[in-house]
Amino acid sequence: MLKIQSLSVHYGGIHALQGIDLTVPEGKIVTLIGANGAGKSTTLRSIVGLVKPTSGKVLLHDAVISGKATQDIVQMGLVLVPEGRRIFSNLTVEENLLLGAYARSDKKGVLKDLSHVYDLFPRLKERRMQKGGTLSGGEQQMLAVGRGLMSRPKLLMMDEPSLGLAPLIAKMIFEIITQINAEGTTVLLVEQNAKAALEVADYGYVLETGRITLQGKGRDLLMDDRVRKAYLGEAQ
Amino acid sequence: MTLSLLFQHIVNALSLGSLYALIAIGYTMVYGILRLINFAHGDVFMLGAYVAFYMMTLLSLPWWVALLVAIVFTAFFGIGLERVAYRPLRDSPRISIMISAIAASFLLESLAVLIFGGRPKGVPVPDVLSRVIHFGSVSMIVISLIIPLFTFALLAVLLWIVNKTKTGMAMRAVSTDIEAARLMAVDVNKVVSFTFGIGSLLAAFGGIMWSFKYPQLNPLMGVMPGLKCFIAAVIGGIGSISGAVLGGFLLGIIEIMTVAFLPTLSGYRDAFAFILLIVVLLVKPTGLLGKRQAEKV
Repeated sequence: MLKIQSLSVHYGGIHALQGIDLTVPEGKIVTLIGANGAGKSTTLRSIVGLVKPTSGKVLLHDAVISGKATQDIVQMGLVLVPEGRRIFSNLTVEENLLLGAYARSDKKGVLKDLSHVYDLFPRLKERRMQKGGTLSGGEQQMLAVGRGLMSRPKLLMMDEPSLGLAPLIAKMIFEIITQINAEGTTVLLVEQNAKAALEVADYGYVLETGRITLQGKGRDLLMDDRVRKAYLGEAQ
Repeated sequence: MTLSLLFQHIVNALSLGSLYALIAIGYTMVYGILRLINFAHGDVFMLGAYVAFYMMTLLSLPWWVALLVAIVFTAFFGIGLERVAYRPLRDSPRISIMISAIAASFLLESLAVLIFGGRPKGVPVPDVLSRVIHFGSVSMIVISLIIPLFTFALLAVLLWIVNKTKTGMAMRAVSTDIEAARLMAVDVNKVVSFTFGIGSLLAAFGGIMWSFKYPQLNPLMGVMPGLKCFIAAVIGGIGSISGAVLGGFLLGIIEIMTVAFLPTLSGYRDAFAFILLIVVLLVKPTGLLGKRQAEKV
């Protein structure tokens, strides 16, 4: 569904991505793991056009989308739930969700999806009239995911959804990710929590300082010695 | 001071405050969305007044048609100004776009001198608006009553747009986090244009009403009101619409009441805006209704 071909990105003098190749097949969960500063966020940001690549291409169903405006890419169904959640703190929970559906004009469908999101996250329904900024970190992450779903994404990209969350909430977020995937949405997941990410993912890529150094099925990577040592914190 | 005189001063204060509020909203909305101080806003105010003047004199249109045409024209002018002077610099350092705003201001003033002429022009105030009406012992000019009424109506519409419509929701989203708004497929350029359109429309309305109340035009007429309304926006808490309205009314009331109660100080009426600004900033640096905002990176 999504293909990245030898993508390079420069930030000022830094060569953040040094020609990466990556494929996300339809209906799967693909994860991109790696340390801080490896280029994971940059990869997602260049897919949605927030960062302009120096070279290389991003293809959606074999059509080039790199170079297009973010709003057009999002309308094609590539939706990013950004790092740090980026909730609109001065908008209510419901307004945040409706903004997720900003580009849609089918009012009925939007309302249906709104109640679907409320079913997924009953907590959000309780707080629908509250300002987004008053939510706890976990609730904000639920809101960010719900907001992403409101656009009916074909591919949902999530940048560090478990960052800064209590273990129980993080676990719940990962459960939701598998549920969303089971309902037919393709997922590209970026995580520092490699273990949790690889457990839910069909396929994984390991990114190190702008290069993909390892890839394989989620389970295989979990078993891989190099991954275990570098990312799962296992002793020698 | 008699009660009727006091009442007259109140109406005057409300009408001047209304004009200040209308202009201050333009500053605050643009700042809220782009973190830009649109220094040319006062000149947009001047332009609105001139366009209405020429519609009435050259084309001899009825005043309310002239008013509508001038407002629409100025709104589009504001949108064009953003396109030409600010949009190309959107991703540049903040200082560049600020310098561009100052340049735009000087350019508009100079063009106005060139095109409209530097000599002040007398405005033909429509009879309906310059009539004096009497309530018992209180007498006042119609325009002083009409200005606050129209201002409240416009404010109600504006608040409805911002708080109840989809476009308003997008505006609020862009002002909180422009990049996250992009990720929601919001067309940020459209939202910015819309904001400049509304701000300029209100400034044009303010300018035209100003020229009916103080019926003289000159190319620099926007400078002082522009500066004061910027101050009003800062006093109220820049970025907040209700703050701008509050600041505008405060300034108007203080200015009129100073002249009324301390006539010996009336020569310093402009200074009071600045004194108020300094006091407010010392006590509450974010302005009266402003919220502390983390610097965006």
